[in-house]
Amino acid sequence: MTVISEPSSESAEATPQFEKAAQRKESRRGFFLALPSYLYLIIFFVIPLAIVLVYSFATRNRFGGTDLSGWNFASYERIAEPIVRTILFRSLWLAFLTTIICLLIAYPFAYFLATRRPAIRNVMLVFVMIPFWTNFLVRNFAWRVILGNDGPLTKTTEFLGLGTHELLFSQKAVVLGLVYGYLPFMILPLYAAIERIDGQLIEASRDLYGSGWQSFRNVLLPLSMPGVIAGSILVFIPSLGAYVTPEILGGAKTTLLGSYIVTQFLTARNWPFGAALSFVLMAVMLVGTVIYFRKGGRTL
Amino acid sequence: MSTAVEPRGWAKAALHVNGWLVYIFFYAPIALLVLFSFSDNRNVGIWGGFTLDWYQDFFDSSNARGALSNSVKIAIVVTIISVILGTMSALALERFTFRGKKVFDALLYLPIIIPDVTMAVMLLLFFGEFFDLLDMLFGLQLRKGFWSITISHIAFNISFVSVIVRARLSGMNTNLEEAAVDLYASRWKAFRHVTFPQIVPGIAGGALLAMTLSLDDVVITQFVTGPGWTTLPVYVFGLIRKGVTPLINSISVIMLLASMLLVVLSLFAERARRGG
Repeated sequence: MTVISEPSSESAEATPQFEKAAQRKESRRGFFLALPSYLYLIIFFVIPLAIVLVYSFATRNRFGGTDLSGWNFASYERIAEPIVRTILFRSLWLAFLTTIICLLIAYPFAYFLATRRPAIRNVMLVFVMIPFWTNFLVRNFAWRVILGNDGPLTKTTEFLGLGTHELLFSQKAVVLGLVYGYLPFMILPLYAAIERIDGQLIEASRDLYGSGWQSFRNVLLPLSMPGVIAGSILVFIPSLGAYVTPEILGGAKTTLLGSYIVTQFLTARNWPFGAALSFVLMAVMLVGTVIYFRKGGRTL
Repeated sequence: MSTAVEPRGWAKAALHVNGWLVYIFFYAPIALLVLFSFSDNRNVGIWGGFTLDWYQDFFDSSNARGALSNSVKIAIVVTIISVILGTMSALALERFTFRGKKVFDALLYLPIIIPDVTMAVMLLLFFGEFFDLLDMLFGLQLRKGFWSITISHIAFNISFVSVIVRARLSGMNTNLEEAAVDLYASRWKAFRHVTFPQIVPGIAGGALLAMTLSLDDVVITQFVTGPGWTTLPVYVFGLIRKGVTPLINSISVIMLLASMLLVVLSLFAERARRGG
């Protein structure tokens, strides 16, 4: 009996150490695999972020340069100025409008997709993915051509006897460009959410004499809410920071936050103020993303 | 998979109409852009008979060709480095536990969700300070251009590649890897002969996304580029702001073709990913 128990008690002592050493080795391996990217992101992401934060507390000197000494909140205080407030509210409003329009178009579309036969559905999905992958600049430029003077749209409205339009360089054109650019971001998460819902639940609600509206309001909508939230955030955030679209389709009266920040760096040369605005933009984005993950979003 | 219930009557009709309108909305502008790139009229958007002049303009313009070749060079370097770094971090996060893993995971998501403009500002200030520092310490006079753009594109692409490769790794059965290790394969051999062949479609998908994002980027590139250095999207963006010309039409169609080619390749990668 002692002969058998002797070695087993020894190995029982030896195993944890052996395992610990093996675990340490594994942990080291994982760490070294991650290390190059970790360092890369610290140098080229975290440090730049810290520099922006430092700049946002600095002061612009008379020559358009930046004095890093004497930190203050002046750049953040400027956000309360009427012009800045107008641009901020305009950006929020247009981003909100873009999100709502995308939602109203994408929800029935995603439902329509979900009711197709699987083979057709996959083909239809591919044709949603193609614009998603296509160059954003080019897609916005296409609208510049369409909305331009004597362009195809004017020709069409004149032909229909509706007269001319003045869409280009207006807020409407910017919203149109944003909707066109980000609609796939709304369709894909909505489709993923709706496709997962058990169709029998809706049938059951109809069998129990619920009207179509009641089935939608009380069954379909609550069950697809994660998709609604995910899509809305994926559309709202890039719309809020949009720069390319307002530059191409907007005019002097449609300056949005993204373009305003760029102006601070490239033409107005007020870097501290631009840094403060970018930081505010990032804060809004972070809040949105935290909500997204809280609501159970998994994919980006 | 259960198919959602299709409504009846007018609701059904409305769904169908909306569906087809969405497709028209997606594709009509692209189709018109392609059409007008062949239009023999200086005024973009008015049909004036068929011509290939604007494509000739593109091939005659050394600026445009130079910008295209810059874009391609950058995209190739960016794709190679992002794929290596992104795949390594995906493996680290999906197959290992190590100290600082949670922080790394969160950090890796940030470049995906941060607005372009903010990232552009970050890198502009960073390269400014960094080059000043190098000048002060070593008297090195660096200029922004190829490397500052490449470094910036890699900074956001590592994250995109790692998300795609991770999705592949997490959906994979680990039994084979474990069996290989049980049979005394080294971790490297198990990776080389068992894990790697299975994640190739994910890596290919990540590479195509990285290449697309690098070829498409305007905002960040515009901030980190130097004098005399431009990529195709930045060049086109500059042209558009000066005024719309037919040359932009033809370049746009060329960029469109490049995007389409990458889409088709990504669909093949997707199919391989699903097929396993």
